[in-house]
Amino acid sequence: MLRFLAAPLCLSVLVLAACAAPPSDLDVSLKRPTDAGKFIVTLQPPQAAPAINQIHSWTINVATPAGAPVQGARISVDGGMPQHGHGLPTRPRVTRELANGDYLMEGMKFSMTGWWEIKLAIEAAGAADKVTFNRVIETRVGH
Amino acid sequence: VSVTRFTHGTVKEVDEMRTRVSVFAALAAALLAAAPWVSGFERDAGRNVAAERWTTEEIAILASLRLRELPPAPDDETNAVAKVPAAAALGKRLFNDARFSRDGTVSCASCHAENKQFQDGIPLARGVATGTRRTMPIVGAAYSPWLFWDGRKDSLWSQALGPLEDPAEHGGNRTRYAQLMQAHYRVEYEALFGAMPDISKLPRDAGPAGTPGEKSAWNQLDRDSRHAVNRIFSNIGKAIAAYERTLTYQESRFDHYVNGVLERNARARATLTPQEISGLRLFIGKGQCATCHNGPLLTDQHFHNTGVPQRDPKRADFGRAAAVERVQRDEFNCLGPVSDAEGTNCDELRFIVSDDPALEAAFKTPSLRNVALRPPYMHAGQFATLEEVVAHYVKSPPAAVGHNELAHKAPHGVRKPIQLSASEIQDLVAFLGTLSSPIVEATLR
Repeated sequence: MLRFLAAPLCLSVLVLAACAAPPSDLDVSLKRPTDAGKFIVTLQPPQAAPAINQIHSWTINVATPAGAPVQGARISVDGGMPQHGHGLPTRPRVTRELANGDYLMEGMKFSMTGWWEIKLAIEAAGAADKVTFNRVIETRVGH
Repeated sequence: VSVTRFTHGTVKEVDEMRTRVSVFAALAAALLAAAPWVSGFERDAGRNVAAERWTTEEIAILASLRLRELPPAPDDETNAVAKVPAAAALGKRLFNDARFSRDGTVSCASCHAENKQFQDGIPLARGVATGTRRTMPIVGAAYSPWLFWDGRKDSLWSQALGPLEDPAEHGGNRTRYAQLMQAHYRVEYEALFGAMPDISKLPRDAGPAGTPGEKSAWNQLDRDSRHAVNRIFSNIGKAIAAYERTLTYQESRFDHYVNGVLERNARARATLTPQEISGLRLFIGKGQCATCHNGPLLTDQHFHNTGVPQRDPKRADFGRAAAVERVQRDEFNCLGPVSDAEGTNCDELRFIVSDDPALEAAFKTPSLRNVALRPPYMHAGQFATLEEVVAHYVKSPPAAVGHNELAHKAPHGVRKPIQLSASEIQDLVAFLGTLSSPIVEATLR
């Protein structure tokens, strides 16, 4: 009988989890090889976590599998929330090549908490490859 | 009866009302033992208890929706007088001045009426003619990077200029408005914006959005004259924007309840009824409302196609998709000549999404603060009641134009359809009524 009473409670928790929580095995690492292994890409988020709906910049580092910096890469940015079926609220772009395989990605914005994908398509020295990063934006309270 | 067993180990202990819960459980258990057929009571007892308890994750979501979490409105670097009290005072007078219209009968307040939540309570706005969309609320608009249902403006002051020369709204024109400013508000204007240029020799009625005659008169003006008029015209918007920024919501019953949950204050928690709490649980849970209606203003400030029926199927409204180019080309945008945003980035405009199919017939997520006080609903007043709105989201029909993000067969993603029973719809609507509060005008100093 106790279990019976507990059921609605657990159910509500599970339903919430199904709607709002990212998969428990989500890989959120910021350094990843591209899909075909042609590059190693490292994303560097801003030092202070941006607020929801605040536009901010990231740094992208592109290296060869051997670790040498890749220069002159053309990088396009896409992404969105796979659980909600919508894209990014802005259209971020790589606006500048910095030094040592670093690139500045401007115009990033997250309009809500939850699981976001950041997808990069990279072309450099005749090679093209893609990589997807996962980012979980948490509820920030008391800012 | 053990509370720990009752909560099944999955819900963290967040409730100060352990005793009450265990009494509930014990009572229910005793009754069930005596009469196992009273299944309705089992459900109700379970639901009442469930309605009182929140997990740590849920509490974090609730806390993020509190008005207390709302920071001050972001600075508008394109408007140098956005926070100047004298500008707000001037803006309030202009907001209520019907001389700023084609026939002297329409002011901003005609559609944004103070006693009607700064709206008009009708499906389609009525100025000098009838428009094609619902009047939007003003409170909290300063938080939005994009203004209007389709976001065709990128600042509050630029937004205020749109209706002034829209043929269906105020229906006036730029030189008329500039001359009205010179005739009636010169002292206040010059104290804020500096000396007015001499515009007395310009034609009385000229503007790029007016009648053919007004357009022609506008096109015949030299560049300096047009710029002088544009500057006065834009300053009307900047003063009105300063006034609009002073309007804020107070805390609602919902805010008091969440404060009570966070502060473990049983009296504050009693602010909401069990039905309203049940609706709140649906709002942040399986109703999925908080996906888009997030943050203290209960909006993501973004654009979504949710399959809302077209008001006039013969003249489809493409929403955001049709607005992107307009705002990019708007002479009154962040990058334009009368913007005060020198040296700022205009990042929203620079990084605008322009080619996403999801923008087709997408409209802005409105704030849900005071939503129960301001029917009808949606961008063209398509629904008269909140019950109809929620029932629409449960039905999630295919969109007539573009793709409904909420459609049950979404082309991508793993989002689950919104499924609510008739009584859950009622609970959700009851909850929406807890978001109401008085609107206050910040003191001008």
